[in-house]
Amino acid sequence: MTVLHRLSSLAVGQTATVQVLHVDSGFQFRLHALGFRIGKTLKVIRLAPFNGPLQLRLGNTDVMLRQQDAHKIEVLL
Amino acid sequence: MKRVALIGMPNAGKSTLFNRMSGASAKVANWPGLTVDLLTAKLLLAGSMTELVDLPGIYDLHGFSDDEHVVRHFLCNNTIDLVLIVANATQIDRQLALALQLRSLGLPAVLLLNMADEAKNLGITIDVGQLSKELGYPTALISAKYGQGYTQAYRLIESELQNSTPAPMQTLEENFAVDQQMEDELDAIIRHSVDVPIKISHSLTEKIDNVLLHRWFGLPLFFTIMFLVFQAIYTLGAPLQELVAWLLGNVRDIALVPLLSWLPPLLSGFLIDGVFDGIATVASFVPVIILFFLMMAIIEDSGYLSRAAFLMDALMTRLGLDGRSFVMLLMGFGCNVPALMGTRTMRSRGLRLLTMLVIPFSLCSARLQVFVFMATALFSPREAPLVLFSLYIMSFLTVIVTALLFKGRFNSQEPFALELPPYRFPTMRQMFLRGWLEISHFLRRATKFITIGVVLVWILTNMPYGVEPASAASWSGWVGEFMAPILSPAGINPELTIALIFGFVAKEIVIGALAVIYGLEGANLMQGIAQQIDWVQAYSFMLFTLIYTPCLSTIATIRSEAKSAWFTSLTLAWPLTLAWCVSTGFYQAARYLGY
Repeated sequence: MTVLHRLSSLAVGQTATVQVLHVDSGFQFRLHALGFRIGKTLKVIRLAPFNGPLQLRLGNTDVMLRQQDAHKIEVLL
Repeated sequence: MKRVALIGMPNAGKSTLFNRMSGASAKVANWPGLTVDLLTAKLLLAGSMTELVDLPGIYDLHGFSDDEHVVRHFLCNNTIDLVLIVANATQIDRQLALALQLRSLGLPAVLLLNMADEAKNLGITIDVGQLSKELGYPTALISAKYGQGYTQAYRLIESELQNSTPAPMQTLEENFAVDQQMEDELDAIIRHSVDVPIKISHSLTEKIDNVLLHRWFGLPLFFTIMFLVFQAIYTLGAPLQELVAWLLGNVRDIALVPLLSWLPPLLSGFLIDGVFDGIATVASFVPVIILFFLMMAIIEDSGYLSRAAFLMDALMTRLGLDGRSFVMLLMGFGCNVPALMGTRTMRSRGLRLLTMLVIPFSLCSARLQVFVFMATALFSPREAPLVLFSLYIMSFLTVIVTALLFKGRFNSQEPFALELPPYRFPTMRQMFLRGWLEISHFLRRATKFITIGVVLVWILTNMPYGVEPASAASWSGWVGEFMAPILSPAGINPELTIALIFGFVAKEIVIGALAVIYGLEGANLMQGIAQQIDWVQAYSFMLFTLIYTPCLSTIATIRSEAKSAWFTSLTLAWPLTLAWCVSTGFYQAARYLGY
């Protein structure tokens, strides 16, 4: 059985694959263009000060994403 | 004339390529039908004059942000002979999507894979022949920064341009969803023609980030770096400013005064004390401005600005803003106008308007000139840089107060996702070009606003005919007296009042106007002012200059970007109110405490 996790619940250093994007179509275009596509592997690099955004690495692109937006993405560990 | 458009994602190196192709001939053009400034240049390609248009960097042709809308609008309403797609070769796996979108529209294009040097260092190999065949677009590997592969790419562009027939105007507006077929094709092309090593790392970038983005040290380091940058600008810039002021003073005394001695006194006074002194005083600050923009260029091009957005996002969220707003505030330190335009990447209107409301509080380089001047005149060399730094702090405080007061009115639920590019260092060529752009920008402003401004100030201070210049009997004296009940509680005298009124047009005019009002220039002007006002008045004047109504270009930009008369009046009225309150509060408190 596969269990999906919210991207925001991942710890620094963890790797996962993108599964579901619970976002409106406008933001989905942006996420697609930044490399968030189903099945793509990402890694959590670090967390910004004061519970700020996550730094994520997808392939050769580093992206920052706010935790509340990371919560809208489901991933597979 | 043929038309070639440059399209690419942010961070693809589009502007670098544009500058390389156009030399320093780049200029800002106002596009018909668009309220947006697009960079265009004319150059000779394949034997005919061609117009090269630099479109804003976008992620997606179907996106909903204003810059994406601008590109779509441009493609729909202009005939285009050739599109140059600029893609970052190190991120080709996702940037190729834009090329596929353009192809589905039937636009003739050439794909330029930029940063080929960087891709090679990372071990990414691209089979250009294979990629070009599957994509159906001629493709070349280049390095816009260092010029590699450039000759070949140029030849490719020229031959395509000769054979191309302009695409019929497109009706793109009908949206099509992200097409699964396109995604599959993207994967297939990448699989066939690109080899990316399993584990690639920008090891240097990672090492730098480990320090600069550190959980606890990241923010203090950021503020230390900013402090050192401004300290350096003052320490290096102030002597250069004095040198230029001294040189221009000599031109005046040795050449201009004897040369114009045959003219009637009123006319020679107008030319020397009015036009020349006014412009020379403003011109003496050009070295400070060049230094400032060189430093900004290094910070901007290095990729550190995105790190600032990363570090500050959590704090900015509490103000109803986000990390991008913070970066735009930093950009505003150069000039508020491009910073206001930079808000186009924000999709939420509330977030965009709130950011546009706070950007004018960013201490721009024009105001920096006024402060360098006043700080040097009224404070010791040890105190002056601290005075400048305190004004930067004030600039942030006014942003915080304004955002907290207005965030309820400008709501935003905008998601926040932004790229963190690897660190890069600008070449000498890029820095030189940047400096040159700033000088030419200044010269354009000088010939228009600043000249007209100082001429008007001269007329006000010297009319009616025969009065003692700037005395109570002159027109400027009347205006100053009329305004006195409002501005004297802030310690601002009639002379400074006139300078402030004209500073509304462009803040550089403030010091030009002071030169004309006092009939002095260079070091004499500083001494003259220091004799007339004390440091409390000077600081109150600086606070007022920092906060009050933004300059005319800024207001015009806010008007065209926000498209709301109500919002534009708010950006006029609120800063004026705040400026008066802060200056009066400071002045009265300082006097009460016995200073």
